[in-house]
Amino acid sequence: MTNTLHRFGSADSFHDDFIVFAMACKGPFKQENALDGLRRFLQIAIEFKPVNLGDARHGGAIRPSRQMNPLAHWARDNAPDFQAVVDGLTDVTTCAAVFDNRENAEKFVKRIKEENLGLSVNVSTSIEGAEDCCEYAGIPRHSVGYSLGFEGKTDKMPNSQVMLLSTMCGHGMISHSLAKKMIDFVKENRRTPEQCAATLTRFCSCGVFNPARAKRILEDARTKTS
Amino acid sequence: MQINPKKCVACGNCTYVCPMGAIYIDPVLKRATIDRDECVECYTCFNGLSQEHLNPTLVRAGRKLLAAMRIRFDPEPDVCPTAAFEPDELTWPRVVRRAFSDPRVPHESTGVEGRGTEEVKTNDVTGRVGPGDVGFTIELGRPGVGVRFRDIQEMCIALAAAGVAFEKKNPITSLMSDVATGTIRADILDEKVLSAIVEIKVPVSRAEEIVRLVWDVEKRIDTVVSIGAGVRCDANGNDAVVAPILERLGYDLARAKTNIGLGRRGTSTQASDREMVTT
Repeated sequence: MTNTLHRFGSADSFHDDFIVFAMACKGPFKQENALDGLRRFLQIAIEFKPVNLGDARHGGAIRPSRQMNPLAHWARDNAPDFQAVVDGLTDVTTCAAVFDNRENAEKFVKRIKEENLGLSVNVSTSIEGAEDCCEYAGIPRHSVGYSLGFEGKTDKMPNSQVMLLSTMCGHGMISHSLAKKMIDFVKENRRTPEQCAATLTRFCSCGVFNPARAKRILEDARTKTS
Repeated sequence: MQINPKKCVACGNCTYVCPMGAIYIDPVLKRATIDRDECVECYTCFNGLSQEHLNPTLVRAGRKLLAAMRIRFDPEPDVCPTAAFEPDELTWPRVVRRAFSDPRVPHESTGVEGRGTEEVKTNDVTGRVGPGDVGFTIELGRPGVGVRFRDIQEMCIALAAAGVAFEKKNPITSLMSDVATGTIRADILDEKVLSAIVEIKVPVSRAEEIVRLVWDVEKRIDTVVSIGAGVRCDANGNDAVVAPILERLGYDLARAKTNIGLGRRGTSTQASDREMVTT
């Protein structure tokens, strides 16, 4: 699973995109009490003001509704419900916290180190951003998984604004068409960037989509063509 | 996935949310329709759209009335007003589409949600990628293009011919009829998935050769590819070995996932189960 790795954009474009995720190893090295550790990881993350939080089984902090009230068309609740993510964790799976600034991500990583949960913890952002987090926490990087970007038949890919949005769900649950539609909604002033970012966030099935970065990208796209 | 024609009101919301663009409003039926060959069973339509449970007849009547006056209701864009999507029973070989496309479904061969394995994300516990190794994840079909197993096989055959080791626990490896040649079982070659990850490990000395091999295969397959390169850092947390090779090949290393080394092994410490299948 490389769902946070291949985000489109330059290193600078990740200045508001820090994903810290925790997972327990499967197989013979399986950790005891991993579920408690993951729940603790999520609970602590809330203290550091994440913009999204999620687990790979149940989704993120802004979710679709199975029984939507028709009146929601006029007053949709786009607020993230972080506590619901913590309370809804029932299985050992990958848990993620998304931050829109380096300071909060650094402080969170340092705190997680101090908690000594025993889980594998990864930081997905620019290479420099992750190095900063490690330095702040006083730990050397153990391993690095580099993204080499997208290649092959790249003429099948959409423009850069759409890519910036849709690749924030590495599982591919956010279609290029919906990302383009949200850009158009903002351009036409039919919806605010916040509303469109929330719409996109609902499709992310593991909670790693960054609505703050999406809001910035949508606001930029309002006046730019690509 | 199916769309119940008795419920669908042809609002068109679902046509935008399908990652493969496989949903369209049939001009004759006047209902949302799924192109079964393009659909990868990712369940994005079913899981991602919020559902209302409105009366289809009333909604159609309202839409007709508004359309007659050239007025268009501006609903929320991520809602199916009549909950018209209905999962169907998937059988072999179509079931592999969902296994590779719906991340909420743990793959039977790995137990991991998604299309790959834990790669370097748990390397602090497993030691899968050691000093002097490079663990490549070669993902085909991402972002938002999709890939058929025929094209995945093309990549696997080329890698097998180069004598690389495939990750044993990877779902693609589990679908090979002959790991030695990288051949994938014939009955799924025409199946389409959102993306699939081929995982291999090679010595650093072969990193450039592998990248060039992937570049060569990319010319022959009809999809996009995203490569990840996993490495073990030295005691100071640096990688002065692989990054220079990748940069020399022209890559601008902007993003990475960084394992910060906090993982601990459980009490059971048998040999690693992250075995590689060597061809």
